[in-house]
Amino acid sequence: MLLITCPFCGPRPELEFGYAGEAHVVRAQDPREVSDLQWTEYLYQRSNVRGVHAERWRHAHGCAQFFNALRDTTTDHFVATYRIGEPRPDAAVEAGR
Amino acid sequence: MSQNFRLPTGGRVNRAKTINFTFDGRRMSGLEGDTLASALLANGEHLAGRSFKYHRPRGILSAGAEEPNALVGVGADEGHYSPNLRATQVELFEGLVAESQNRSPSLRYDWAGVNNLIWRFIPAGFYYKTFMWPRGAWTKFFEPRIRAMAGLGRAPRAPDATTYAQRYAHCDVLVVGAGPAGLAAALAAVQGGQRVILCDEQNELGGSLLSETDAAIDGIPAVRWLSETIAQLRSAGSVQILTRTTAFGYFPHNMLGLVERLTDHLPGAASGPRERLWQVRAKQVVLAAGEIERPLVFPDNDRPGIMLAGAARIYASRYGVKPGQRAVIVTAHDSAYRAALALYQAGVGIAAIADVRANPQGGWVDLARKAGLPVRAGCTITGTSGRLRVTGADLAPLAADGTVGASERVSCDLLLMSGGFTPSVHLFSQSRGKLVYDEALGAFVPGAPAEDCWVAGACRGVSLLSEVLADGFAKGASAARAAGGGPVPARSFATTQAPATGGGFAGALPHGKNPASVRAFVDFQNDSTAKDIKLAISEGLRSIEHIKRYTTTGMATDQGKISNMNALGIATDVLARPIAQIGTTTFRMPYTPTTFGVFAGYARGDLFDTVRRTPVHHWAQAQGAVFEDVSLWKRARYFPLPGEDMHQAVARECRAVRAAAGIFDASTLGKIEVVGPDAAEFLNRMYVNAWSKLKPGRLRYGLLLREDGFILDDGVIGRMSDECFHVTTTTGGAARVLTMMEDYRQTEFPELKVWLTSTTEQWAVIALQGPKAREILAPFVEGADISHAAMPHMSVVECRVAGVPARLFRVSFTGELGFEINVPADYGRAVWEAIFAAGQPAGLVAYGTETMHVLRAEKGYIIVGQETDGTVTPDDAGLSWAIGKAKPDFVGKRALARAGMGEGVQRKQLVGLLTDDPQVVLEEGAQLVADPAQPPPMTMLGHVTSSYWSATLNRSMALALVKNGRARIGETLHVPMPGRVIRVTITGPVFYDAEGIKLDG
Repeated sequence: MLLITCPFCGPRPELEFGYAGEAHVVRAQDPREVSDLQWTEYLYQRSNVRGVHAERWRHAHGCAQFFNALRDTTTDHFVATYRIGEPRPDAAVEAGR
Repeated sequence: MSQNFRLPTGGRVNRAKTINFTFDGRRMSGLEGDTLASALLANGEHLAGRSFKYHRPRGILSAGAEEPNALVGVGADEGHYSPNLRATQVELFEGLVAESQNRSPSLRYDWAGVNNLIWRFIPAGFYYKTFMWPRGAWTKFFEPRIRAMAGLGRAPRAPDATTYAQRYAHCDVLVVGAGPAGLAAALAAVQGGQRVILCDEQNELGGSLLSETDAAIDGIPAVRWLSETIAQLRSAGSVQILTRTTAFGYFPHNMLGLVERLTDHLPGAASGPRERLWQVRAKQVVLAAGEIERPLVFPDNDRPGIMLAGAARIYASRYGVKPGQRAVIVTAHDSAYRAALALYQAGVGIAAIADVRANPQGGWVDLARKAGLPVRAGCTITGTSGRLRVTGADLAPLAADGTVGASERVSCDLLLMSGGFTPSVHLFSQSRGKLVYDEALGAFVPGAPAEDCWVAGACRGVSLLSEVLADGFAKGASAARAAGGGPVPARSFATTQAPATGGGFAGALPHGKNPASVRAFVDFQNDSTAKDIKLAISEGLRSIEHIKRYTTTGMATDQGKISNMNALGIATDVLARPIAQIGTTTFRMPYTPTTFGVFAGYARGDLFDTVRRTPVHHWAQAQGAVFEDVSLWKRARYFPLPGEDMHQAVARECRAVRAAAGIFDASTLGKIEVVGPDAAEFLNRMYVNAWSKLKPGRLRYGLLLREDGFILDDGVIGRMSDECFHVTTTTGGAARVLTMMEDYRQTEFPELKVWLTSTTEQWAVIALQGPKAREILAPFVEGADISHAAMPHMSVVECRVAGVPARLFRVSFTGELGFEINVPADYGRAVWEAIFAAGQPAGLVAYGTETMHVLRAEKGYIIVGQETDGTVTPDDAGLSWAIGKAKPDFVGKRALARAGMGEGVQRKQLVGLLTDDPQVVLEEGAQLVADPAQPPPMTMLGHVTSSYWSATLNRSMALALVKNGRARIGETLHVPMPGRVIRVTITGPVFYDAEGIKLDG
């Protein structure tokens, strides 16, 4: 079971969380402005990275907040967790500290 | 039988306490402190089981968790029966009942032993080759026979009568294994001020020290050092000691699964749980799991009486048991000399020590020679004799070039072997730590860790006692420091210097015989041989993972603890590639077999899953309602009168609602309170409908899409005030909808001032439906005018009903005049009972979900998840009228504008179906075609989504999704079913009161 650090509550077991897909997938400010292809990519295209992946979690059985995390998909180790709206931390810097 | 092979002195058994037990119905005795295996050996019994495939007689091979042969079923009755337990780990207790497995009629006479004669015809992979025969041959011939012949234990015939516990725990340092390394690590971690959990799979701490009769540590005998160390750890106050506790799995982020066996070793009916699952999250982990001795692979190396050398020494020194009278020892490792000396001192005759090495040297070899034991250097073994017990070993000189000389039969009743030791890297490997091959050691040892863990002692290849202790202490100190503890000065341990050991062999010994004519077992539990591995390679398998699966080597319940290295050794010989390049197979949890019960824990019977009951549940139960599961809820499906079946009950309920009135428990509907200055704007962005102009006191049917444009949920939404909406969702969709709303609120529209609260459990919802609904309800209502003029269809008012504050909805899911009375859940039953009683003169009936389904289908109202399947748009379902066309955006709007989603595409649309024969009720899910004579694959036009007998129409009716369906109204389609084709006519989806007149009573 993973140990996930909620940016609001601190480290908690995975049981308390729900996974919510890739992070930083931006919904267009005005969806009418984007092409069918762009909307299709927004809906369905995900990066599926091998390595550090930015993803969303929700502390469903805690503060109920969504937040972002950087997780290495090859090791399941979390590099960082951060609040919605905060920029993605530089993965290399985080990994090295 | 009377323990003829018990030594007069020695061992950790309690000679004052005799224990009686039975094995295959034979009464025997042992001593307190025995395992089943040591007690059997004390009675001269080596034969303990029959092998998996060939049904060969097998004896006790080891003295621990790695035992592949001596698997037994234990339990006085079926409710307490456990199959496949290792006799080497079963503690003896008064009244223990054990039986051998995979034999019929008895262990000594097993008819399936015929497999041992036809072995040439059932080589590795024969099972896969049977698939190449016609299918009938597999299902009728091979499968039943293979299932009958192969196998280990049998499943218990009664439900498990025991209980299991589970708990979580946290610690600074978890030490796995309480041998010398683990004990020293725990000492250091405690000294560093850390909270420690120390676990060991055995009944007492000590590991190899429990059979250590020679060495002294810090000037005192090892066993005394052991008891003093345990006392010191116990008195420290910061150590939780768990014996009989196996660390079976190493999970991410330093969580380990432990199983503590609480009562299996106790006589009689034990109170309390049988086992406890510990899920331990440790800051740091020290793995001190020890090592496992390897057998040697030579022809007929599997007869009863053939044993690992180290195991024989453990039986003599720890259990005071003489495992035989006259032993031959075959070895590639110095430690076997130590075993030979121990047995010699216990009175076992040593007929020969055959060492495959040309020039064995070292302290133990010298000691054996000095004691006059007959050492044969450069000597191999080419075979054995005996059936139910080994009677002789064929020893032959082995030249440096590998040629084998003439063999000589040496008689014996005990044959010991040692191919060296394999570090127990299972948990380390499970944690995704990298293994590296150590050439000098001839073993895989832990490399870089992936978790916060340290590896100490024999499981990383350290063997000398003083070094093991120092290594354990150092790792314990490092772990304590890493966990945040203070520095711990290094400590050395003075031990009486036992000679170092070395050597080792992985692979198959040369035997000079025709390889096709012999069987040298590699994996004892799955009966795979050296020949099988060579066959797999000759058939083209190269990867060790493929070889493993084809031959099943290492795939038995022991997961190849003793066999994997020998299999690798054989593969490396045949493939002429070094072991380091071949690599090793993946270690997976559990380390040893683990009961399902301990994983299930408390989640059994009534506690298997969460059950949600409405406030009216027990009333419905008392009325004899039949319930169905809807997500986690129990919902009353129908209320049969005496003698009624479901069909009759539902028809009666339907007629009553249409003619008079019905009362229905809708409390399971999801409810979300949406509050805030931007509540309307938030709903505008979530739902397809327009909300800004909805006046307080009005209701609207809301439709929620996913961002891809397909229907996710629906429900009636009431505006209680400018800033407060009462949102309802489907029963199963409540959590999903709230999560989605929260997602958008937090991440897409954080600027909106709106708050969401789940109120599903706070409201009981009583639906009162039918032409007499108003007259039944009216006397109960205070503070509101519920006349049609004051309270039209789709309105809501706050008032009191039966004296209870209520949100009263005028709404209908039946097509009749209807109300949904929301009252605080605690008052739900009281209000329900009051209304039910008052409605009896008017003909009020309680109805269940089945009637609700029929009535709504007659009206063409959809059920999300029944008429929709994640590919249905609002227009497909005939609901495009709900969309607020002027809104710039809502979830799913952009997707609806994509090509393929709207105009000009032949999408499946919701329609009604009437069968030509009104008595025929279609099957839900049945496919619709235009031409039933078309050869398959037929062109399928759609499918039936809902189908019922309608008491109102006195005929069947159905809803369906049909390609371009609205344009096909009036057409005839066909439903091909087994043995017949049903003709149907497409209609509109509303079968009853299409004008909606009845909504007003």
